[in-house]
Amino acid sequence: MILRNLPPVQKGRVLYTAVYRTYYSTAVCTLSWDWTLVRLAVKDSVNMAALRSLLSVGKNAVPVLLRREFHGTTPATLKVTVRDALNRALDEELERDEKVLLLGEEVAQFDGVYKVSRGLWKKYGDKRVVDTPISEAGLRPICEFMSFNFSMQAADHIINSGAKTYYMSGGMLPIPIVFRGINGASDGVAAQHSQCYAAWYGHCPGLKVVSPWSSEDARGLLKAAVRDENPVIVLENEMLYGVGFELSEEAQSKDFVVPFGKAKIEKQGSHITLVSHSLMVGKCLEAAAVLAKEGIECEVINLRSIRPLDIATIEQSVIKTNHLVTVEGGWPMFGVGAEISAQIMEGPVFNHLDSPVYRVTGADLPVPYAKNLEECSLPQMKDITFVVKKSLGIKL
Amino acid sequence: MLVISTVLRSSATKSKCDGFLLETLPPTTAVLTREQGLSYYKTMQTIRRMELKADQLYKQKIIRGFCHLYDGQEACCVGIEAALKHEDHLITSYRDHAFTFTRGVPVKHVLAELTGRRSGCAKGKGGSMHMYTRNFYGGNGIVGAQIPLGAGVAWACKYNGTGGVCVAMHGDGAANQGQIFETYNMAALWKLPCVFICENNRYGMGTSVERAAASTDYYKRGEFIPGLRLDGMDVLCVREATKFAAEYCRAGKGPILLELQTYRFHGHSMSDPGVSYRTREEIQEVKSKSDPITLLKDKMVNKNLSSAEELKEIDVAVKKLIEEAAQFATTDAEPPLEDLANHIYYKEPPFEVRGCHPWIKYKSVC
Repeated sequence: MILRNLPPVQKGRVLYTAVYRTYYSTAVCTLSWDWTLVRLAVKDSVNMAALRSLLSVGKNAVPVLLRREFHGTTPATLKVTVRDALNRALDEELERDEKVLLLGEEVAQFDGVYKVSRGLWKKYGDKRVVDTPISEAGLRPICEFMSFNFSMQAADHIINSGAKTYYMSGGMLPIPIVFRGINGASDGVAAQHSQCYAAWYGHCPGLKVVSPWSSEDARGLLKAAVRDENPVIVLENEMLYGVGFELSEEAQSKDFVVPFGKAKIEKQGSHITLVSHSLMVGKCLEAAAVLAKEGIECEVINLRSIRPLDIATIEQSVIKTNHLVTVEGGWPMFGVGAEISAQIMEGPVFNHLDSPVYRVTGADLPVPYAKNLEECSLPQMKDITFVVKKSLGIKL
Repeated sequence: MLVISTVLRSSATKSKCDGFLLETLPPTTAVLTREQGLSYYKTMQTIRRMELKADQLYKQKIIRGFCHLYDGQEACCVGIEAALKHEDHLITSYRDHAFTFTRGVPVKHVLAELTGRRSGCAKGKGGSMHMYTRNFYGGNGIVGAQIPLGAGVAWACKYNGTGGVCVAMHGDGAANQGQIFETYNMAALWKLPCVFICENNRYGMGTSVERAAASTDYYKRGEFIPGLRLDGMDVLCVREATKFAAEYCRAGKGPILLELQTYRFHGHSMSDPGVSYRTREEIQEVKSKSDPITLLKDKMVNKNLSSAEELKEIDVAVKKLIEEAAQFATTDAEPPLEDLANHIYYKEPPFEVRGCHPWIKYKSVC
């Protein structure tokens, strides 16, 4: 797309071309003999506004060009929202493999209900980005659920046709499909739109289930999911879409993937281990910061992957800290924390525990709408700090 | 009582309403008394103002979460309610504030539910999409889920021999759902007294009917279920067709499907401006030519059933009612914490409910 296209100052005297690459866009600047900017073409117009402010046609572009950004290297880290990280990951995977396609309600012309697929239909067209009517059921499709609460209507196919087919066919029929969408509670969306499906889908062999927190998680896990030969559930969270996280240079590269079954230690600590996934990772870090002021150093582990579960990283941490608290948004019974507790108990580090594994979870009831009731039904920072102190035997 | 005749018209054909698999159609004339006219006008105006008030409260962040507004479609719910009897039932989708009102919940309790207060019709625990009352089953968040439920209610009517029917509402977006067709099969097979009604407002969220449906003749989608398509902006059309449909079911002939052609002035919900997939000109045109409230007003004034001044007085009274209801809804107390764990199970002796960690326990007493 061409931003400005002035006629050359003097025909035949266009001398210089500079290419400016950012994470989002490529700008080709054509400069005349006296360094004035004659023409600016920008591909991938996502961050056009930022570019436009940097470069003005007709002005002497030398001072701008000599700035660091123009020397072909991207900045070391870049702050990117989870939404943009997902958008970029989808774009790259659609570009990489023509067998990949995206389908879901409102993903195409509407640009996605939460704007995760913004710009993709314009770029790839009807064949690769497909709006589906509301019918919540080779090729490598990425199926977007507007919410995983709606996936229950498709659950027969996710489990029986997705998870089990490779097994039932004795290895003949792999199912390389991705189901992604928002999971867990938002803000005031009430009982039918607030459920967490990590435990439901994590229960099933044949499925892989991931739950990103940061932009790096979102980008890397989604790309890994698209490239995986098996059905993968990507549980995103609406509250994280607008949150910006630093993306390292490595994470910005097109082949960056986050391997499944590998948790990340977001913060080192020696007194107690906090294990969490998705939105609750942020809450754990907040709690850890508050507790640090009281001299309690928490190690915060971001699971990233629900199935396969990285119990080894948790075990290593428990050997160090001797205390474990799990934090999740889902209900307590038969949940992620319950599974971790069971595996720790059965495994080699049980004797390293100085107190039982405690779980911080959603309250065991449908999520109410009223704000004061909703707050009591989902884990807050004070719940985490309370349980940490209980685990450590610290007087409250 | 003054009699006015109205030709039931379908906006598709501009003539009688369209029938499918029906030997007789609803009558082409209807009687509107002055009392009825004033009542329909007042109800539609109340719904309109209530929805606009909800819009305002949402923008002030006093209403949270999802909020799907009904303005433009008032003739549908008022016409339907006018045709139903005391023993009849109704179920609808998340665009349910208007139905909650016409089914008997006062405006202030609808608004208090939206603001999440203890006097809300669901005690503040349900929110916009989950409102209920006697013979009204919500308020359902998952698209299309209310249709099988509606057929179930119809089955209970037949089973209990009450003579009642169940009106099961859905939209053009839900009409492509598999569960709808499973329900049509069962309802037809067992001759359930179920009136399926499709409120076709032309857009399923941001997707127009042409892009979503292989066939946009929603009234024919029942295949073996008779259908009627009519103008959903004319309250009398809706009333007569619903009466006809309810009588059809009461006579034991089985289910019937109505398609009401209507339009929503707002976007799909408060997070959708509603102008990325349709033009402002289109919205304006419908507002100026087919606003159901204006259509009724013109009819009444032209036939001397009322005067512009009298209707204006009703407007003023409605405005006052809504303001008072909003005042109530914004000042009422939040639900008590003791109520958090209630209503999980019915008729269960009191039990403990785990909170966010093992040391928080709530009591569930009812």
